[in-house]
Amino acid sequence: MLLINCPFCKERNETEFVYGGPVGVDRPDPNAVADQEWVDFLTLVPNPTGPVFEKWWHARGCGEWFVICRDTVTHEILESPDEKS
Amino acid sequence: MQNYSFFSLARNALSSHKNWQAAWRSPPLKEEYDVIIIGAGGHGLATAYYLAKEFGITNVAVLERGWLGGGNVARNTVTVRSNYLRDQSIPFYVKSVSLYEGLTKELNFNMMHSKRTMVDVVHNYPKMRDLRRRQLTMDIYNSTYEQITVEKVRQLIPALTGGGPGSRLPIIGGMVHKDAGVNRHDAVAWGYARAADSLGVEMHQKTGVTALLRASNGDIQGVETNKGVVKAKKVVVAVSGHTTTLTETAGLKLPLRTMNLTAFVSEPIKPIVDVIVNCSDLGFYFSQSDKGELVIGGAPDSAQSFRRDIKQHVFEDTVGAMLELFPSFKKLKLLRQWGGHLDITPDASPIMDETSVPGLYVTAGWWGGYKAIPAGGLTMAHHVAKNMPHPLMEAFTCNRFKNLDYILETGTTTAR
Ligand SMILES: Cc1cc2nc3c(=O)[nH]c(=O)nc-3n(C[C@H](O)[C@H](O)[C@H](O)COP(=O)(O)OP(=O)(O)OC[C@H]3O[C@@H](n4cnc5c(N)ncnc54)[C@H](O)[C@@H]3O)c2cc1C
Ligand SMILES: [Zn+2]
Repeated sequence: MLLINCPFCKERNETEFVYGGPVGVDRPDPNAVADQEWVDFLTLVPNPTGPVFEKWWHARGCGEWFVICRDTVTHEILESPDEKS
Repeated sequence: MQNYSFFSLARNALSSHKNWQAAWRSPPLKEEYDVIIIGAGGHGLATAYYLAKEFGITNVAVLERGWLGGGNVARNTVTVRSNYLRDQSIPFYVKSVSLYEGLTKELNFNMMHSKRTMVDVVHNYPKMRDLRRRQLTMDIYNSTYEQITVEKVRQLIPALTGGGPGSRLPIIGGMVHKDAGVNRHDAVAWGYARAADSLGVEMHQKTGVTALLRASNGDIQGVETNKGVVKAKKVVVAVSGHTTTLTETAGLKLPLRTMNLTAFVSEPIKPIVDVIVNCSDLGFYFSQSDKGELVIGGAPDSAQSFRRDIKQHVFEDTVGAMLELFPSFKKLKLLRQWGGHLDITPDASPIMDETSVPGLYVTAGWWGGYKAIPAGGLTMAHHVAKNMPHPLMEAFTCNRFKNLDYILETGTTTAR
């Protein structure tokens, strides 16, 4: 079980959160880029053996979306968002 | 190859089993091969075997970072079935199931293949409608799927005492897939390895590939390993969860992400269930092994993971769901738990193709890929040997994603 640091609620059990996928490139304007770039955005995600930035949603808590950096091998959380109030 | 039979068993008993031939040799690594296969899991070994057996290509090395058959091929719950959704998938899995049924003879190795019905326990009508639609597509390809009543479900699975009318998620019926079965995973790995070895293929354990090497014209040239550079004009990546780790060394990006899937077993008990029970609405499935253990699997860990253990809450969710339907199992002691890391594509179907790097082939995205080992190996070998895809796998290209031409199988495996 991960202990995830929500910016509002501090460390909470992983079961309160919903995983939102790794952070890829910024969403391009589909009308402005070539098909290839748009499809790459839709299908390719970073898949490193090591640190990855990923989105989590405190769905069973305050409802905040935020990004953490987590190691996919050790599961250690390396970076959490700053505390908010 | 030394033949395995009742007589060889009796003969070797007389010498206290000290004179059995090794199942495969461990020759020194050569500088060059016709084909290098990375990964001695089910898919790598089956590809090697069919390359030699069906296509006469024997100057082949299988390079394995750890030990042969120590990856997901040894960590899965051995459910073999063909109840898939799409026209492109079903015939492929039908072929694989039938190859499995003949594999003991083919490889002269006891697969302990036990054909037993799989029962899907269904709790809601949209799901039932969807499974009925699957049944109609499966009909076309001679895979059997049949709707049954709640009474019949309980008759086939007497231990299923939960899920009654008063429960939170009452059972509304079931589906029966008679082609399903279970068998012995070690036998699959060792059987293919031994048979491939006898045809000349070399097994190299503790030989990890650190990078794929490309020639100046971009073609694949070989691999870099912890034992030095090995050359080949054709390289097959069959490393399950680690596909992108390797393909990125050749500058190739593939739409795969790696996640952790887990299983656990109970203490051995007397025979209590002779079908494979699949409760996908609640998120668990199990069967009983020949030793009497219940082999139980659940849903994957949600985030990306390269771990081989199980998270406590994934374990608890699976057990909790199981006890809803099988309350008597709460007295069972659970003995072992483990996990594996598998990669998955956006449509949950595999990629089996030559990549944009000429000579570099991948067989990847194997989420429920144990059942696919025989057909996967056969068709991959065909592709490598003939430079064109086998009809049964020609849809599973890398390029389908470029056209968003998905073969959507999400939901037909444990991945949602
Ligand atoms: C808990 C669990 C339950 C499952 N249940 C089922 C099921 O019931 N039915 C089903 O059909 N499927 C199931 N699967 C999926 C199935 O196990 C996999 O899809 C399948 O085994 C993957 O193919 P493989 O056998 O070739 O992989 P593996 O056995 O993982 O082979 C890959 C090999 O590559 C090696 N390797 C990795 N990197 C390198 C490198 N750089 N150099 C050299 N070698 C390398 C690894 O060490 C490994 O031995 C399950 C999986 C898990 C984890
Ligand atoms: Zn919060």
